[in-house]
Amino acid sequence: MTWETVIGLEIHSQLKTKSKIFSGASTSFGSKANTQACAVDLGFPGVLPVLNQEAVKMALRFGLSVNATINKNSIFARKNYFYPDLPKGYQISQFEIPIVGNGAIDITLDSGENKMVGITRAHLEEDAGKSIHDLYDDYTAIDLNRAGTPLLEIVSEPDMSSAQEAVAYAKKIHALVQYIDICDGNMQEGSFRCDANVSVRKKGAKLGTRAELKNINSFKFLEKAINLEVDRQIDILEEGGSVIQETRLYDSIKNETRSMRSKEEANDYRYFPDPDLLPVAISDELLIEIKKELPELPTEKKLRFVEKLELSSYDAEVLTSQKEVADYFEIMINQGADAKLSANWVMGELSAALNKNQLEISDSPISANELSKLLSRITDNTISGKIAKDVFKLMWDGNGSVDEIIEKQGLKQVTDSSAIESIIDDVIANNPDQVQQYKDGNSKLLGFFVGQVMKASQGKANPKQVNEILNEKLS
Amino acid sequence: MSLDNKKVKEIAYLARLNIEDSEIEQSTAELNNILKLMDKLGEIDTGEAQPMAHPLKMSQRLREDNVTEEDLSEEFQAIAPKTGKGHFLVPTVIE
Amino acid sequence: MHNLTIAEQIKGLRNKDFSSLELTQHYLNRINDSELNAFISVTSNQALSQAKEADKKIANGKSSSLTGIPYAHKDIFCTKGVKTTAGSKMLDSFISPYDATLTNKLNAENMVMLGKTNMDEFAMGSSNENSYFGPVQNPWDTEKVPGGSSGGSAAAVAARISPFATGTDTGGSIRQPASLCGITGLKPTYGRISRYGMIAYASSLDQAGPLTRTAEDAAIVLNAMAGFDTNDSTSANKSVPDYTQCLKNSVNGLKIGLPKEYFSDGLDKGVEKVVMQSIKEYESMGAKVQEVSLPNTIHAIPAYYIVAPCECSSNLSRFDGVKYGYRCEDPRDLNDLYLRSRSEGFGDEVKRRIMIGTYALSAGYYDAYYLKAQKVRQLISEDFKKAFKDVDVIMSPVSPSAAFDLGSVKDPVSMYLADIYTLSVNLAGLPGMSIPAGFSDNLPVGLQLIGNHWSEELLLNTAHQFQMRTDWHNYSPADR
Repeated sequence: MTWETVIGLEIHSQLKTKSKIFSGASTSFGSKANTQACAVDLGFPGVLPVLNQEAVKMALRFGLSVNATINKNSIFARKNYFYPDLPKGYQISQFEIPIVGNGAIDITLDSGENKMVGITRAHLEEDAGKSIHDLYDDYTAIDLNRAGTPLLEIVSEPDMSSAQEAVAYAKKIHALVQYIDICDGNMQEGSFRCDANVSVRKKGAKLGTRAELKNINSFKFLEKAINLEVDRQIDILEEGGSVIQETRLYDSIKNETRSMRSKEEANDYRYFPDPDLLPVAISDELLIEIKKELPELPTEKKLRFVEKLELSSYDAEVLTSQKEVADYFEIMINQGADAKLSANWVMGELSAALNKNQLEISDSPISANELSKLLSRITDNTISGKIAKDVFKLMWDGNGSVDEIIEKQGLKQVTDSSAIESIIDDVIANNPDQVQQYKDGNSKLLGFFVGQVMKASQGKANPKQVNEILNEKLS
Repeated sequence: MSLDNKKVKEIAYLARLNIEDSEIEQSTAELNNILKLMDKLGEIDTGEAQPMAHPLKMSQRLREDNVTEEDLSEEFQAIAPKTGKGHFLVPTVIE
Repeated sequence: MHNLTIAEQIKGLRNKDFSSLELTQHYLNRINDSELNAFISVTSNQALSQAKEADKKIANGKSSSLTGIPYAHKDIFCTKGVKTTAGSKMLDSFISPYDATLTNKLNAENMVMLGKTNMDEFAMGSSNENSYFGPVQNPWDTEKVPGGSSGGSAAAVAARISPFATGTDTGGSIRQPASLCGITGLKPTYGRISRYGMIAYASSLDQAGPLTRTAEDAAIVLNAMAGFDTNDSTSANKSVPDYTQCLKNSVNGLKIGLPKEYFSDGLDKGVEKVVMQSIKEYESMGAKVQEVSLPNTIHAIPAYYIVAPCECSSNLSRFDGVKYGYRCEDPRDLNDLYLRSRSEGFGDEVKRRIMIGTYALSAGYYDAYYLKAQKVRQLISEDFKKAFKDVDVIMSPVSPSAAFDLGSVKDPVSMYLADIYTLSVNLAGLPGMSIPAGFSDNLPVGLQLIGNHWSEELLLNTAHQFQMRTDWHNYSPADR
């Protein structure tokens, strides 16, 4: 009884405009309740919406980045329902004719394989306010600051067949919207929200009934929630029951999904074109202008890294997954640093240090220029790779530039062959038993000798030369 | 298209309007009377006509992305039916 | 003073025959004595200080043409600090924190607002009997309706308790009360006047306009009311001409079309007689009259009574007892808050239209109703386009009958059917006027003038020429 999973994601990405989509109120996060909700946002009688041009441009940037069709005359529609955080009793969204149509994006799975995921559409809409339940015992408190913030709702085709694929897709979109600077991707603040539509079916059968999972604000939870839901649905079906089409909330503390109360049941949204707004006309000139302003997209960058810089697909994927990381890496390359070495250091030492200190790469105490300088000292044999790690730590803690530290700490590599020979001669002389064992066939002992030489030279002997000369002398 | 009491109750709920049981018969009759008028639309052959959402052939004007509104929350909340701690209050909603 | 037109009052103020303060006090006294129930709020103190301010401006030479002229504002336009009720219990306590664009524009002229006029609740009605604040009486016969939804505005101007009043017209709500009250009413082209701050009924049909005694007065005030507004996405970015400049053109050679579908059964013989007599008057001025056909006229009724309720069912969802307006006592839970606040706050006609609209937009019915109605709208629009190829102005009755008795029409559908001559104009977004054309059984009858988009100048000119030759606009209920 093989079950197939079918997953589609709906991602709500808050656009980082200064003002709201239909009013001139501010969109900044974290202000005192209701101080950024103007008359239009509050839905006072007689107010009218006027469309923010930046929201349109951002939507177009996204559409062009996923090679989507752009609808040259999209329509805003009203989605009618009653809820206290929805001041007008309807949300202005797009229904039949969204601004962005069919597109696709390439994702890389854990296995390294690539997969194309289709994007059905992306449309503009306004966000609702917030309901706060713990301010009062008998009341729910409503904060409408968020009402009217522009959202881009990105709907994928139901092309994903596992939680992992869904997460890979979500991460890719998450990176993309930040790349093209339309969203800050802050999931904690709610700027990037994922809903998953999950269903299962027997191999070859038609699509099963889907459930919608909401309230997921991290990739980790996304994966957990989907897996839970798949198991839940399979259990139901294997016992002969049927899956109800419903919305389920993910509870991260209990690690379970729960059916949402009747708020969602039988909701007839009665969509119709908003008569206060007119069709949004997109000219060819505007599209050309926006295309020109688009930065190199992650997919193109990755390709360039693989082809021109000869990095592995995996390395290229990691380096291009975040724009800031890619930019940092490229500064290093532009300074002449070796691509592979740079990749290793960025993904290795730098990444580890950043994670440990919970810093973003943009806050790194070691700049790309400085790191590339450090690598150049490895490449020119001034220091060994191992010593470089020590220098890195000192640089991190603000002990000066690369050369200052090398100078001050006397870390220059010993590359003088005669000096190295001299140390090696000493080591050989002091360890006659091991020399004999080595000559008798225990080749693993080479490491012991190398270690001894490095110890004697305080780690400064050039490892390559040490190996070469040792090999000569011990043969 | 004729509505029955049940359907009328559903529509009323969708619109968050309350119709007392004592009034439902009358409401249904009234609505059906009006619907007879509306159903005349079904008899019209509109041919190739496109739906006209707006009388004027205009496109949506775009606004520059600038913050133009200031904080008037005190004024706004002064006319609200129920507020507390800077928020609008409604009976507790369970999600 | 109250028998003067606005044009004459402007001269009077300039010549210092009287001050704005005197003029204003005079009207306030008349309003106080009036039992027509034309006003929901009378803003005496505010009006008097506005008048004083206006007099100062006139004295300093810093005035515009309308400075100091009093007016009545339909209670559908938001006015900061003054109650705006839309004729409804739902907004009986609503003091708007902002001014409508139209309010701002008239304030910028230093006009004097006498008060907010009574209206059918949320602009839904044709008789001003649907107001939470009680019906308005027709000044010509106080047992009759003044028409609606701008009934209070029309009655105020007809009774000469205000020289000018603002109104709104979604399906005839300026033109029909103007006709029933024997005054001049103009609904301009859709998009001519900003809708920002005008409480919405049916967004793609609503339009503000003036009610005055004469076309000349309408032209003067239209200059101040019209104009592009960046706060209204449906506002047309078209310059405002000086509407008073074109009034004097001759109508010799003007091509007038009479739609044959408008002169059929159901049209009261008395009304028809008045209309035809007016047409003869135009012919004597050199206009050429011909028959035109607007074949989709009858379909305007179902089309309108779907489009308008659909849009209003959504527009009125914001009235939920949360942010402003009426809230029921001690709501048990959220649903109770919504259900009771809305059911207690809205009147019957409003609830009816919300129900119709909700149903028509609901799943499975959208195509058959809303979409179909919008297609019919296209056909109606094309009818006019075709007709305007042959004629300059279309003329017709405004209403099938003159004013009827208060309380006499109980069936909503009969009320809807009487809108037959005015609805198409809103569906097509065209400008339309009603001018006093005579009497039938001692009750006023209006003549409707319909023009092509943006032809307000032609309409005002055509109306003015008629008023130069006839006297109907000078009659007053007080003469009886």
